[in-house]
Amino acid sequence: MRIDVDRSRCEGLGMCEAMAHEFFEVGDDGFVVVRDDSPAEGQRSFVRAAIDSCPVSALSLRD
Amino acid sequence: MGLVIVGASLAGLRAAESARRSGWDGDITLIGAEEHLPYDRPPLSKSQLDRGTPDAVVPLRSRAELDELGVTTLLGSPATGLDTTGRTVLVGETAVPYDALIVATGATPFQLPGAAGLAGVTGLRTHAEAVAVRRALDEGARTVVIGAGFIGSEIASAARKRGLPATIVERLDVPLSRSLGPEPGEICADLHRAAGTDLRLGVGVSGLESAGGRVTGVVLDDGTAVPADLVVVGIGVRPATGWLEESPVALHDGDRGVLCSATLATSVSGAWAAGDVAHFPNSRFEGDLMRLEHWTNAAEQGALAARNAVAAPGVAPEFLDTIPYFWSDWYGHRLQFVGTPRADQVVTLGPRGPGAIVLYRRGTQLAGVLTIDRPRDIMKFRRLVMEPGSWEEALFQAKERVEAAV
Ligand SMILES: Cc1cc2nc3c(=O)[nH]c(=O)nc-3n(C[C@H](O)[C@H](O)[C@H](O)COP(=O)(O)OP(=O)(O)OC[C@H]3O[C@@H](n4cnc5c(N)ncnc54)[C@H](O)[C@@H]3O)c2cc1C
Ligand code: SF4
Repeated sequence: MRIDVDRSRCEGLGMCEAMAHEFFEVGDDGFVVVRDDSPAEGQRSFVRAAIDSCPVSALSLRD
Repeated sequence: MGLVIVGASLAGLRAAESARRSGWDGDITLIGAEEHLPYDRPPLSKSQLDRGTPDAVVPLRSRAELDELGVTTLLGSPATGLDTTGRTVLVGETAVPYDALIVATGATPFQLPGAAGLAGVTGLRTHAEAVAVRRALDEGARTVVIGAGFIGSEIASAARKRGLPATIVERLDVPLSRSLGPEPGEICADLHRAAGTDLRLGVGVSGLESAGGRVTGVVLDDGTAVPADLVVVGIGVRPATGWLEESPVALHDGDRGVLCSATLATSVSGAWAAGDVAHFPNSRFEGDLMRLEHWTNAAEQGALAARNAVAAPGVAPEFLDTIPYFWSDWYGHRLQFVGTPRADQVVTLGPRGPGAIVLYRRGTQLAGVLTIDRPRDIMKFRRLVMEPGSWEEALFQAKERVEAAV
């Protein structure tokens, strides 16, 4: 399972960082940086919550 | 078994998705007053006011995706009443039965008295209204925004971006001073002034001027008149609960929003509420009763209300534990707020403008943070909001962050 970011959509709103800062951080340029793109089994539900929280649907999970 | 969701926007859509994700395999019916599939509102006052934006609605989920989720839609058909004994939602002459109900009817803008039917005067809540505003801007409209709230400020920003004259009329002496406090309000006022928006503060609107059924100006209560081709009314919204007035669902005495518990249950069994329409006690903020008008709140609440609505009997309901968050984009600047501005003290650090960090203190805790153009910083502060004794730490971090920027 991997996290995909659509950089053309990301507006740096930071909700993903709020929900799961181990995985996401907004950088100085105002775009999200994925710090760890392969969440372990036990962390998927909160990565999922982070992905759902993005107001512009810039994040997705791939199997 | 049927789950009925009234209000086909963000909270309603998230409710439908979350019910399915929780394993609900009964019917789901989404009833909406607008003719469109659920679509997103924040872009209506931002990118969609740009020249050249296509007129078509881009829904959050396509018809095919909703079919796949097994969601039946009843669009262009506002609910008109609720029978909680017989468990039916009335849609005109039709009665739609439910086992579980989610109220997600959001809010509707207040209108200016005497503006009905006048061309060139609009609110901004729907796609159609965004198209109307954009067309007026395309024609070079002189724009007057009534009310210096977040949405109104974004509209002034869209007009200035095209080099068009924009005026904001605000009854308060300092814009947003009631919601953000006087000093941050001044900073917001300066953002407008720096962009060339004409701010008229401490003055109300006494009437509109028109010719041939079309607005030509706004008359202020100090007697001056501001010429206008486009008047956008942004004086706040009211929860869309007219259809519940005859029902036993308890509504707020002041604004008539739906009163919920911390599980988003309404006062009647089998009915929950979510999004802009709902008041809820926020346990993280000492039980403050909140009704938020924020994107993330509507998304979260829709999902939580549905999980509770479809939970098996005997399963403990989920409680909300929300830190409010919203953003707004003005003149190329991003304002972001987490937490609550209801505080004992407000401290501004850094420049009194872009780059500012404003901290709100409640007791020894950080209650809220406003940042301007600090996308990297805001969520770091979110972790401190309402944590015991977090105020000192927040002050320390804010100082470090503003100094680092110098
Ligand atoms: C122009 C604009 C810009 C915004 N920008 C931001 C932003 O930058 N950041 C942010 O955090 N938030 C922003 N918001 C707020 C955010 O969009 C709202 O909080 C969110 O839309 C609320 O979702 P909701 O589903 O609760 O209600 P709504 O989106 O209001 O949807 C309610 C739906 O219910 C329908 N309805 C009403 N009555 C009935 C009835 N009787 N029967 C059936 N259907 C009915 C309505 O037609 C509507 O479609 C903005 C809002 C607007 C309007
Ligand atoms: S929530 Fe979405 S828009 Fe915001 S930073 Fe994360 S990916 Fe980007």
